[in-house]
Amino acid sequence: MDRLLHVAPSPHIAGEYSVKKIMFGVILALLPAFATSIYYFGMGALIVTLTAIISCVAFEYLIQKFILKTTPKISDGSAILTGLLLAFNVPSNLPIGIIIIGALVSIGIGKLSFGGLGQNPFNPALVGRVFLLISFPVQMTSWPVPKGFATGYADAITGATPLALVKEGVGNGEKISEMIGIPQHMELFYGHMGGSMGEVSAIALLLGFAFMLYRKIITWHIPVFLIGTIFAFTGILNLTNPEKFADPLFHILTGGVMLGAIFMATDMVTSPMNPKGMAVFAIGIGIITVLIRIFGAYPEGISFAILIMNAFVPIINRYIKPKRFGEEVKNGK
Amino acid sequence: MLKTFKKGGVHPAENKLSAHAPIVTAELPKVAIIPMGQHIGAPASPLVQKGDEVKVGQLIAQSSGFVSANIHASVSGKVLKIDNAMDASGFSRQAVHITVDGDEWIDIIDRSPEIVKEIKATPEEIIKKVQEAGIVGLGGATFPSHIKLSVPPGKKAEVLLINGVECEPYLTADHRLMLEKGEEVLIGTKLLMMALGVTKAYVGIENNKPDAIGHLRDIAAAYDGIDIVPLKVKYPQGGEKQLIKAVINREVPSGALPIDVGAVVHNVGTAFAVYEAVQKNKPLFERVVTVTGKSVKNPSNFLVRIGTPTSQLIEAAGGVPEDTGKIVSGGPMMGKALKSLDVPIAKGSSGVLLFQDAEAGRRPVEPCIRCGKCVSVCPMGLEPYLLMTYSDKKMWEEAEHERTMDCIECGSCMYTCPADRPLLDYIRLGKSTVGNIIRTRKQ
Ligand code: SF4
Ligand code: SF4
Repeated sequence: MDRLLHVAPSPHIAGEYSVKKIMFGVILALLPAFATSIYYFGMGALIVTLTAIISCVAFEYLIQKFILKTTPKISDGSAILTGLLLAFNVPSNLPIGIIIIGALVSIGIGKLSFGGLGQNPFNPALVGRVFLLISFPVQMTSWPVPKGFATGYADAITGATPLALVKEGVGNGEKISEMIGIPQHMELFYGHMGGSMGEVSAIALLLGFAFMLYRKIITWHIPVFLIGTIFAFTGILNLTNPEKFADPLFHILTGGVMLGAIFMATDMVTSPMNPKGMAVFAIGIGIITVLIRIFGAYPEGISFAILIMNAFVPIINRYIKPKRFGEEVKNGK
Repeated sequence: MLKTFKKGGVHPAENKLSAHAPIVTAELPKVAIIPMGQHIGAPASPLVQKGDEVKVGQLIAQSSGFVSANIHASVSGKVLKIDNAMDASGFSRQAVHITVDGDEWIDIIDRSPEIVKEIKATPEEIIKKVQEAGIVGLGGATFPSHIKLSVPPGKKAEVLLINGVECEPYLTADHRLMLEKGEEVLIGTKLLMMALGVTKAYVGIENNKPDAIGHLRDIAAAYDGIDIVPLKVKYPQGGEKQLIKAVINREVPSGALPIDVGAVVHNVGTAFAVYEAVQKNKPLFERVVTVTGKSVKNPSNFLVRIGTPTSQLIEAAGGVPEDTGKIVSGGPMMGKALKSLDVPIAKGSSGVLLFQDAEAGRRPVEPCIRCGKCVSVCPMGLEPYLLMTYSDKKMWEEAEHERTMDCIECGSCMYTCPADRPLLDYIRLGKSTVGNIIRTRKQ
């Protein structure tokens, strides 16, 4: 036979996963939340999201091509995902210029400065978000009131998030049960509240979670441990003084806990490699989030908490090892 | 709930294309090329010379050390030469070439079709027969079987596990053997139990072979102490440690052997060979080989004399398809890609697999996205991404500390990796280097 045969060591077959499939799987999982954010915030949601995605992809391409002088790899979908997540973490009336700055920071500093996909220690979208929060505190904390397409973009009516309301109220010595303007749990669940675009609808985010579990893109560990920790911690606080500390359901349905737990903390690159490590990571984020919410300067805190725990991931990976086969000799002699 | 091993594992498409093809006796080759190193350990040393006449079943090479095995003529005829020939590993090694003339067997082999059920041999005689017959692990590991039957002092065998898992996709040789030679396989199992002095044996079979499970269960009713255990389909369940975990829920510790937890594992093919050796006086000179692939005209199972060139089997299955891009000896997860079709079938050849060109190449390597999938599928609880990094950076001490030597080279990590990273290539490199370091340290 005169044909040239491939000769490579085993295995000779490869599974169905690819980086691209995973990235687009996450993007698909975010679509229900995207749809609800358009439903609640109208044009603004569309403009902000498209701007973020286009500028992230453009920066990725331009920086890789002209500054790093490598072959641009925008087709893997990771820049699209970063753009989408960045958009979901900002208000739907954020000026275009600020979004573009956020995209530049996310891609340029958050991702490419560390060596690109897989090398970055911090979640790029969160790096962008926190940068904007510090640089543009006013624009980043005026949240449009959800009114569908009536919300508008530049002229949106803004209001505080439920968490900010509670924090401010408690700060003024008010009792939670007597505060006005706090949404009911069901409203929170559907997403009828002020907030950043992607964080508002728990049900849409949970749908995405179910999809990612089904496609085996992520495992359940981080979201469940993270939400569970916040629920348990705020639950205990609530029991000690319900007028000072909001109830746990309120806490997990507001302030981006769902978005953070399902989509931001599960970012593969910046989370631990095995379930035990993931549990430690998620519990850490949960505790820090509550501490920031209760004692810190910001009404919500999950973005900071995730970034802080991102920094610990190398240590977690180093010291928390998967259980080796044969470590525990069961029934063995 | 079906039993299985707990940690890791993958489930590739099964593609058992030849599951319904009965075992067909392959034609005799014109020249049989019988390699001297068909087993783990020292190659056998030839007892014949150029020009000698040999008969089928005649001893032509002798075991040359503690870990080594006898080799017998698989054909009758004249020794053409003793010369190097390429084997499945891609290396050229010593082999006895025999020009085939007729098919004359040595007298002592019982060629009648009757199944000999009555066992007359003592445990010592069984072990001796297994050794003389040159039987090695036929699942692909090719470890000389008599060594596994001689339990070292201080250790005790409690159960025998027969591996009928055949967890590699495509392969069906063991499946067909269980269906067509079920009785013989169980008599072989009984012989192995006697040799080890155990009263309990389990035959583990994955649930994608319900016909084999049912068939063996029917027969096993007449055999005391032999249970058929259906297992959930999961790769690499055929790995010794995984099978032991799945069937009797014991974990063989790092660096230890199955016997350390009281278990001995043999393949169904090996059990059949033991039956033939002890009850029929027939040494190991033929085996069942699956020839398959998505474009192969007639995916088949052949009973093949050792030394038959691979090309002849492929011809018998309908020839090399136009779109072939890779030919593998063994299964798709652990088999070896062949450099040439002249490579002869050896004791460890369980299958010949023809990949289409489109499936043959590797996909381009992308950066690790730290998804942890390699970690979650590793049946040994290792961190393949990390072991690869250590190999790449020549950090051998760290690699040893992270138990690179525990890797069973199952390929699950690399199969799963979304970034198509060559994890196992690097881990193999690490294992061989760390293995050398450990050996020098012991000296
Ligand atoms: S590291 Fe070794 S044992 Fe683990 S999955 Fe990879 S090849 Fe298999
Ligand atoms: S499976 Fe591949 S991409 Fe994922 S962590 Fe392992 S090596 Fe990295």
